[in-house]
Amino acid sequence: MSMILDKVNYIYSAQTAYEKQALKNINLKIADGEFIGLIGHTGSGKSTLIQHLNGLLKATSGGIYYNGRDIYEEDYSLKELRGKVGLVFQYPEHQLFESTVFADVCFGPKNLGLPRKETELRAFAALRSVGLSEEYWYQPPFEMSGGQKRRAAIAGVLAMKPDMLILDEPTAGLDPKGRDEILGQVAAMHRELSITVLLVSHSMEDVADYVGRIIVMDQGSILMDGAPKEIFQRYQELEEVGLAAPQVTYLMHGLRENGIPVDTGATTVEEARESILQAFTKAGKLRQ
Amino acid sequence: MNFIEARKLVHEYFRRDEEGNVEGITTALDQVDLGIKPGEFVAVLGHNGSGKSTLAKHLNVLLRASGGTLWVDGKDTLDENYLWDIRQNTGMVFQNPDNQIIAGVVEEDVAFGPENIGIPTDEIWERVERSLKSVGMLQYRGHSPNKLSGGQKQRVAIAGVMAMEPKCIVLDEPTAMLDPSGRKEVLDAVEALNREKGVTVILITHYMEEVTGADKVYVMDHGRVVMQGTPRQIFSRVEELKSYRLDVPQVTLLAHGLKKAGLDIPAGILTRQELSEVLCRLYGEEGKNPEDTLTG
Amino acid sequence: MIRDITIGQYYPSNSIIHRLDPRVKLMGTLTYVLSLFLFRGLAGFAAVTAGLAAVVKLSKVPFRYMVKGLKAIAAILAITVMFNLFLTPGEPLVSVWKLKITEEGLKSAGFMAVRLSYLILGSSVLTLATTPNQLTDGMEKSLRPFRRIGVPVHEVSMIMSIALRFIPILIEETDKIMKAQLARGADFESGNLIKRAKAMVPLLVPLFISAFRRANDLAMAMEARCYNGGEGRTKMKPLKYKGRDGVAYLLIAGYFAGIIMLRVWM
Repeated sequence: MSMILDKVNYIYSAQTAYEKQALKNINLKIADGEFIGLIGHTGSGKSTLIQHLNGLLKATSGGIYYNGRDIYEEDYSLKELRGKVGLVFQYPEHQLFESTVFADVCFGPKNLGLPRKETELRAFAALRSVGLSEEYWYQPPFEMSGGQKRRAAIAGVLAMKPDMLILDEPTAGLDPKGRDEILGQVAAMHRELSITVLLVSHSMEDVADYVGRIIVMDQGSILMDGAPKEIFQRYQELEEVGLAAPQVTYLMHGLRENGIPVDTGATTVEEARESILQAFTKAGKLRQ
Repeated sequence: MNFIEARKLVHEYFRRDEEGNVEGITTALDQVDLGIKPGEFVAVLGHNGSGKSTLAKHLNVLLRASGGTLWVDGKDTLDENYLWDIRQNTGMVFQNPDNQIIAGVVEEDVAFGPENIGIPTDEIWERVERSLKSVGMLQYRGHSPNKLSGGQKQRVAIAGVMAMEPKCIVLDEPTAMLDPSGRKEVLDAVEALNREKGVTVILITHYMEEVTGADKVYVMDHGRVVMQGTPRQIFSRVEELKSYRLDVPQVTLLAHGLKKAGLDIPAGILTRQELSEVLCRLYGEEGKNPEDTLTG
Repeated sequence: MIRDITIGQYYPSNSIIHRLDPRVKLMGTLTYVLSLFLFRGLAGFAAVTAGLAAVVKLSKVPFRYMVKGLKAIAAILAITVMFNLFLTPGEPLVSVWKLKITEEGLKSAGFMAVRLSYLILGSSVLTLATTPNQLTDGMEKSLRPFRRIGVPVHEVSMIMSIALRFIPILIEETDKIMKAQLARGADFESGNLIKRAKAMVPLLVPLFISAFRRANDLAMAMEARCYNGGEGRTKMKPLKYKGRDGVAYLLIAGYFAGIIMLRVWM
């Protein structure tokens, strides 16, 4: 069970003055249960790529196979695909429209043609999964805080019970606490619902703590694809395309160059702390 | 004399239910004291809903105090006669770049402010050119704002404010909707204005990394100023910052963690160069000498 | 599809049409629209076509770019043509079931199609070659006499120019919301008319909310930049007639006279 992209190309406004190749020969395999960070700056093609995964955009050439089936086949239901591959857009709270949060969350499963009872059960489960407190469920969605609205909107996609959840910059515009809460919640959903998660971001630091694999895009192509540690080791290449590794990566490399034997593969504050303390303890500079 | 002086500034508004009856009173600003000198770069930090945007709107008299006093450039904001004078002297840049650009051509948008305050045509042209240049957007003067990146739009918005030749600009989360390169563009432009033109800058944000270069930082929570000091003083109080829903740059956090584990690291480390130097010094004590500086 | 609307968008260029005084262009557009309803016969048709072709050529806006704007009104165009085609009384040429196509119908359908497409193309030249601000200035100045009878000319033109600035933004937003709802399994394309109308709710509600939020933000941003109505405002680009504007007025007058004469003689 997986998503496979085979030589996918996409050209915007083909045959006009504004023609632009947004995706160039993308080959990608996403296995079930992965937690992936998709990184690239604005215009790198990451938003275009994710819209291919649920069939909102159709590749100019190349194929996309979901669970072994060609999604561009004549009789393949894109609506069903969109239920399986849930896509949460940037600022998803801008799509809320129903009079209550609950009704809004029901919109997705209802569109899938599910019976009312199943729809509502899924809505309840989704609202619980995103950690939105019960007092808001029957409130109008428009008066909640930014973070709560965003949770409600994510629940709206989650209620379709997707096997794969794609979130485009789910933390944009939130304050640091709100950001950590949403990311923590996404990680919990990945764990508890055992769904595949693709997190689109332009911040390495945001995703480094959570994901098991990072895909870096630049100018419509995949530049790097690997475990966070591997990616951050190539921090000089990242800088060339206007991205940056987490601050600790730079620090650790600097320390190592100065003769402190720390692990340059540390990507989080916690890992860096452990590694530095270990180095100091070994050298006898730190009494326990 | 302080350019901005607030004493026990209070802003309250009524919450109303669907029928318009008063449900309660929300205090968005609670006894706020501020003292900002001309030419200072001041950052106001706070989570969403902490009252920092409300404060920003007071500085430009888009809102008026329900209690206390606020003087801007020595003028009482409650005095109706000073309204336009204050607005002209404290420009304001908002969060959403799209929603503050009025005209369909960059230079015409920059001219909007000077036109409003009745500047003669020839001088408008000079001002437009000067302010677009000061944010590095002169080559885009004939462009439509819709075709610009977020960072570029925000710089146009700053130019639009600069064209009114204010003494101070207030930026209300100008980078919240931008990507890292856009954020850097905008911050560089703002810092240059402060440094080169001596404009007083009040930067409202929730990104901690953006305030390390400020002269002074105010932290707000629940409408109150809960911390104030230099960035170093503020960042040395890691636990307190966290309790106000703010986070701390990775490097400061790491330094704090190492200090707690027993390493002799000074409080309030702001940059990775600083931390690197400190660690190398500690490691090299009674032993080999590390290089003095690091590049990273 | 919605992105294709070109009316209301500015196309940067330095053509002679771009440099004309907006008042001339407004007058020209008005005259042209009038001429579209006045012309008669093939000679008239040739005249309006030549007029449009000349202006389009001079404006240096790619014709293909302008035609995209027609696609957006294709449905309205088709309906109008149908009505004219089938509902014009006269001698039937072909009749299928109860529907008759008459010679008169064919003619009037043809002319209607030409009129409508020329109308759209002609007015899009105005907006493509004039910045919204100039357009506003032009309107404000041309309509100034109406201020005496209490028409808020400045306010109206300000509203127009802001509307023009936000049309592309709202179009893009519509696109985004549509995609977001499609991702939640929404269906905007199948079902009968009522079902389709209902399917628009998830699109329209967020769109209105967003438009109001933007309006609010914008009002505040304008106030912050000392906007206080039209009184005491100066202009970066005040309108001043130049030699070419006089020539253009003469050409417009000549064109209109020609159309009238053709109508009288035909």
